[in-house]
Amino acid sequence: MASPARAATAVPTELDVRADFPILAREINGRRLVYLDSSSTSQKPEQVLAALDDYYRNHNANIHRGVYPLAQEADALFEGARQRIAAFTGAPARTTIFTRNVTDAINLVAYSWARTNLGPSDAVLVTEMEHHSNIVPWQLATQATGAALRWLDVDDGGALSLDQLDSELARGDIRLVAVTHVSNVLGTINPVGEIVRRAHAAGALVLIDGAQAVPQLPVDVAEIGADFYAWTGHKALGPTGVGVLHGDAALLEQMPPFLSGGDMIASVTREHTTWNELPWKFEAGTSMIAQAVGLGAAIDYLGALGMERVRAHERELTGYALERLAELPGVRIFGPPSADDRGGVVAFAVEGIHPHDIAELLGRENVCVRASHHCAQPLMAKLGVAATARASFGPYNMPDDVDALVEAVRGAQKIFA
Amino acid sequence: MDDLYRDFILEHYKRPRNFGELDPHDLDAHEYNPLCGDELGVQLRVSDGRIEDLRFNGHGCAISLAAASIASEELIGMDVEEAAALDADWMLELLGIDISATRRKCALLSLKVLRHAITGEGSWPVGEQVDPDR
Repeated sequence: MASPARAATAVPTELDVRADFPILAREINGRRLVYLDSSSTSQKPEQVLAALDDYYRNHNANIHRGVYPLAQEADALFEGARQRIAAFTGAPARTTIFTRNVTDAINLVAYSWARTNLGPSDAVLVTEMEHHSNIVPWQLATQATGAALRWLDVDDGGALSLDQLDSELARGDIRLVAVTHVSNVLGTINPVGEIVRRAHAAGALVLIDGAQAVPQLPVDVAEIGADFYAWTGHKALGPTGVGVLHGDAALLEQMPPFLSGGDMIASVTREHTTWNELPWKFEAGTSMIAQAVGLGAAIDYLGALGMERVRAHERELTGYALERLAELPGVRIFGPPSADDRGGVVAFAVEGIHPHDIAELLGRENVCVRASHHCAQPLMAKLGVAATARASFGPYNMPDDVDALVEAVRGAQKIFA
Repeated sequence: MDDLYRDFILEHYKRPRNFGELDPHDLDAHEYNPLCGDELGVQLRVSDGRIEDLRFNGHGCAISLAAASIASEELIGMDVEEAAALDADWMLELLGIDISATRRKCALLSLKVLRHAITGEGSWPVGEQVDPDR
């Protein structure tokens, strides 16, 4: 079965992959696309588009119970993608569950694990830098079970305090620590391995939101050792509609299903239903087959580039952006001062200009940045702002994108001067 | 000349009219722009069914603050019921600039908070209830 998804791209010597991303050839109002919103969603390389097209054009059938050859091809593509995706993040395929996105993955844990394991004497620990998707499910789960919800602070340098983590864990009631691997606003790369080690020593489980990490860092889920690690495909050069939850096998075995219905059962009688084995127990209904195949192509692409190189490239771009934005008067940058400590995202404020107006004016130059609370309102409150502008990078960005950003901010400052 | 950021918009943004606290006041409300977390409040003093005085407060972008400022000048002295019935077109005509679909919420936030203060309902003006961001 010839699938373009398997065709490795020619690895360039320097990371200059713009040509692989058809959308970046687009011009709007005569200006090239300067796409700086990859923390929201990444652009897709030709290889992913081809895999999606090939799947629907040549292999489309429903999976899991098809005996005819076409259905077996679809099955092999879907489960093959799972195998490669699991290998990419260092996790077993059996405990690699396809979800719709990170929100869906976290809700799976918040419903199946938290609601059956938490009680009034327990607590869940979240951090101030979490995305709403790693806050709201815990607010609801703790409210439903009578458990407490407690918070780790973010310090002035955009970091979490491991001492505060220790003192929270020492209280003895934390059952779960829910923490992001990389902040979608500050860019902070959290020491997740160390957080897991300390939490486990105190008898707490750990869920990591890896939405911003998997697209730009080498991630080894086994080495990190978290009980749950969630990430999403569309930020990692893949299609929308597919996310991943890696879970601890023993926990997943014990947990009741999240959504129920087709595909997640072993047998159904009028009186009794037994669950399918992992990972399908948590994959009710027809899966996002094409999207999973597309995500398989995306991680093949990232794997061919090499995540160490992707990280080095984005660290360089981030450092350059921090340096260039600092040239502008009245620009405040949020998060750790060094690119070594942060992922490829730079949230900033411009004195006297609301982030919405920044994004609008940059948009006229076809410079795409986000102006928002970035679904992190508790963090915005801590920073003392309602919203920020945010530029974020993908492997396809180049230093001239940073230059375009800086020039466009300068232009906005002239209009508001 | 920029279509959106015209001089009068920027002027109202930098020096918004009728901005601050009104003490005492008869009606007040607070609203958020779900797009960005911007916050706008309004306080009104009402006498004989008319808006005798009014202040907006909060923080927002050039469009939302300029819209509040420009609207405030029209609203003072207006019949309360008439003010509650103002629609999106009224605001957009008053601004007289082209507003993209994503920025309509910014332009209409002041009208939403005004309606909330008068009627007790924090609903968008008629025709704006469906939030395209959801």
